[in-house]
Amino acid sequence: MAAFGTGASRPLYGRGGSGFRFTFYAVLSVVAMYLDQRGHYLERVRYVLQAAAYPIQLAVSSPPAAWRWLKDSFATREALQAENTRLRAASRDLELRAMRYEALARENGELRGLRDALPPVADRWLAAEIVTVQVNGLRQRLLLNRGAANGVFKGQAVLDDKGLVGQTTHVGPWSAEVILITDPEHAVPVRVERTGLRTIAVGAGDTASLALPYLPANADIKDGDLLVTSGLGGVFPEGYPVARVTEVHRDAVQPLAQVRAAPLAHIDTDTELMLVWFREDHPAAPKNPVAVSAKPDAVGELKSGNAAIRPQTATHAPAAAAPAASTTPTPAPASAQPPPPTPVPVPAQGPQP
Amino acid sequence: MIADSRLRLLLSALVALTLTVLPLPAWADTVRPQFLVLTVLFWSINAPRTGGVAFGFFAGLMLDVFQGPVLGEHALALSLMAYICVREHQRIRSKPAFQQALIVFAALILYEVVLFAIDGWTGHPVTSVLRWVHTVTGALIWPPAAAILAYGAGRRT
Repeated sequence: MAAFGTGASRPLYGRGGSGFRFTFYAVLSVVAMYLDQRGHYLERVRYVLQAAAYPIQLAVSSPPAAWRWLKDSFATREALQAENTRLRAASRDLELRAMRYEALARENGELRGLRDALPPVADRWLAAEIVTVQVNGLRQRLLLNRGAANGVFKGQAVLDDKGLVGQTTHVGPWSAEVILITDPEHAVPVRVERTGLRTIAVGAGDTASLALPYLPANADIKDGDLLVTSGLGGVFPEGYPVARVTEVHRDAVQPLAQVRAAPLAHIDTDTELMLVWFREDHPAAPKNPVAVSAKPDAVGELKSGNAAIRPQTATHAPAAAAPAASTTPTPAPASAQPPPPTPVPVPAQGPQP
Repeated sequence: MIADSRLRLLLSALVALTLTVLPLPAWADTVRPQFLVLTVLFWSINAPRTGGVAFGFFAGLMLDVFQGPVLGEHALALSLMAYICVREHQRIRSKPAFQQALIVFAALILYEVVLFAIDGWTGHPVTSVLRWVHTVTGALIWPPAAAILAYGAGRRT
C-alpha cells in the first residue's frame, strides 16, 4: 500500500517533514551523549532502560538454559555419583587448606605486629549466574542476574574460583553488565608476584590472553610469572590472582617488551561468578571503591589529597609494609587503628587465592 | 492498515533485536550482520510513513542499552540512516536486489563511520578491522532478509 502511495494529490512523503524530524532526533541524541559522557546525568534513564531490556535478554538466554536443565535432569546416576565423589574430595581438600589458612593468617598477623590477624579483605560475596555472553574481538561483556536490588554497585569486582573476571559497568535493578578483563577497553593494574614489579594488563580481545604493553625490554619478567592485582586503581583489592605470563618477546630494536599472559579465570566455561564486597578499612582494600570506575574522573581527589593519610614514625614502617599501599607513605590504618574485634578470622567460604 | 503495519514493524524489530543480542561463539559474533540496522533500512525504504527517523532513533536507543558505550550513539547513527533512506526511498526501491545490496553496503559503511567517529570522540576507540566485517555480511544477507521482511509485511509486488 505504502509502496505506491504517491498519487497526484498527495505530496511526496519524506521531502519536507523528515528533515526537521531528523534534526530533532539528531540534537536529542547528541544531547543524550553529552549528558551521559560528561555528567553521568543519565544513570537514571539507563537504569530504567536496562530494566526494560532485561526480559529480552532473559528470553534470549532461555533456550541454552532450558537445554542445560534438560541435560541435568537426564543425568545418569553414575555421573551424579562420580560428581558427588569429586566434589566431596574437593571440599575435603579445601577444608584442610582452610584449617592451615587460619593458623597462617594468625601467624602473619603476629609477624606484622598486629594484635590479631586481620579479617579477610572480602567482606561479603554473592553468587550470580551469567545470563548472556557477548564475546568477540571488540567487546567482551557478560550479563549477570543480580542488580541494584541485590546491592550490586557500579565498578564492583567480579571473580570466579580461580581468579579475577572483571568489573560491573552498568547496573540495572535486576541485572548488571560486566566488562571482562580481556575486553580491549579494560585495563587492570597488576603486580608480578615474584618480583613486585607493577604494571598494567590490558585486554587483548580474546578470552585467552591479556597484553602487558608497558614493560621496558629489560624488565624482570619471564614465562610462568603469576600476576596479581596491585590494589591501585581503586576497583580491585590487592593480591587477587589475575593471569600467568605465557609469552615474553624481547626485540633488540623495540624499547618495550611484548608480554602476553593467560587469565586464570575460566571465562569460557563459567556459569556462575562471584560479586565481591570488600572491607573498606582493610589495608588491602581498593583505595576508593565506589568513586573510581573504569573512567578515571577522580582527579580532584588526587589534587586535594587524602587528609587521613599521614607520615608515621619509622618504627612501625617495616612491620606494616603492605605492598598495596606502596604509593602512600605507610598504610596508616593497619597499625594505627585497632583491628575489628574478631579474634579468630572467619574461615573464608568464598574464593581464596 | 496503519495499526497493522505498525504491529508488523514492532514485531520485526523485536525479532531483529533478539538476533542481535543472541549469544554466539566469537567467530560467528564477528561476522554477525547488524539485523536491527537492516530492519530499520528496510522499513525506511519500503514504508517511510510507518518506519522512519523516529523508528531509527528508538531502535538505536535499544542498541545503545545493549551494547553502546554512551547513550545516543547508535540512536544518532540509525536516525541518520533512516533519514537518508526515507529521503531516497523511491530511488532505492526501484533498483534491482543486487544494486540495493550495494546501496545497503554503502549505508552500513557510513553507519559504521559515524559510530567510529563517536567512539573516538567519547574515548572508547576500537581500531580493529573486525568492526567493519558486519558491513560485508550485512550487504550479503540483504536480498534474502529484504525478501523475508517484504513477505512478512504483506507487500503486494
